[in-house]
Amino acid sequence: MADQATFSEQAMPFMSSLYAAALRMTRNPADAEDLVQETFLKAYRAFGSFQEGTNLKAWLYRILTNTFINNYRAKSRRPTETDLGEVEDLYLYRRVGGLEAALANRSAEDELLDRFTEAEVKQALEDLPEQFRLAVLLADVEGFSYKEIAEILDIPIGTVMSRLHRGRKGLEKRLYDFATARGLAGDRSEATAPEARVPAAPTEAETERAHHG
Amino acid sequence: MADGDCQEILSELYTYLDGELTHEVRIAIRGHLEHCPDCLEVYDFEAELRALIAKRCQERAPESLRERVARALAEEQGRPIDPTAFA
Repeated sequence: MADQATFSEQAMPFMSSLYAAALRMTRNPADAEDLVQETFLKAYRAFGSFQEGTNLKAWLYRILTNTFINNYRAKSRRPTETDLGEVEDLYLYRRVGGLEAALANRSAEDELLDRFTEAEVKQALEDLPEQFRLAVLLADVEGFSYKEIAEILDIPIGTVMSRLHRGRKGLEKRLYDFATARGLAGDRSEATAPEARVPAAPTEAETERAHHG
Repeated sequence: MADGDCQEILSELYTYLDGELTHEVRIAIRGHLEHCPDCLEVYDFEAELRALIAKRCQERAPESLRERVARALAEEQGRPIDPTAFA
């Protein structure tokens, strides 16, 4: 049983990462601040039920996530799973992997991935449908394990894995959209970028040969 | 290196990067990456992308929020609030 007197000391260090997560969830600073304050208050009131010595960060994120889902979900239509569409594995690498290597040869510190701005990466994450956004946020930004994410979101580990998989591909696709819009990477159809070498995936030529051979 | 190996490695790549595979599978994948430049390049790219997402999404909580939360917690600790305080 945790002592409320030590709550601030233990929980305050997580304020910035909780705020970062709240911003990606609500997509606006005013709501994010309210959400964080509400999370801290709820956590303080429930701190007696927190098992001292267990994972405080995961416990706080669970409260944050539940509060968001119950109170802050946008009323407007949100993108859904269907909007994510089907995206192939290694989407970004297949399109810019070769280009990145070419750029790296020219100037090592000026690699393509580094050119994505903070605003673009945040936007790409925020554009994901909520269930995928939460999974990717918890794994890739906050570094939680599958098991922790399963507990925070109250879903099975298999669901965590499939949401992460689809969410990451969706994020890669969005980043590629930004890259082409800014001219960082040529549209693939223009064939300006050298084709990235992805092992073991049948190329179009091979598929052609298979069909005509 | 047989293509089938590469395909299997790449299908486990996200899970490998997440550090969620068994010790044996981790060793097998690490061994493959040491000898397969093509898979290693994909691995490097995905690892870099992962690091980039984490780096670009960092935030610092505004000072005003820290103060607000500290005040709210202090108020909560002082409950029940003395009604004369609002007189």
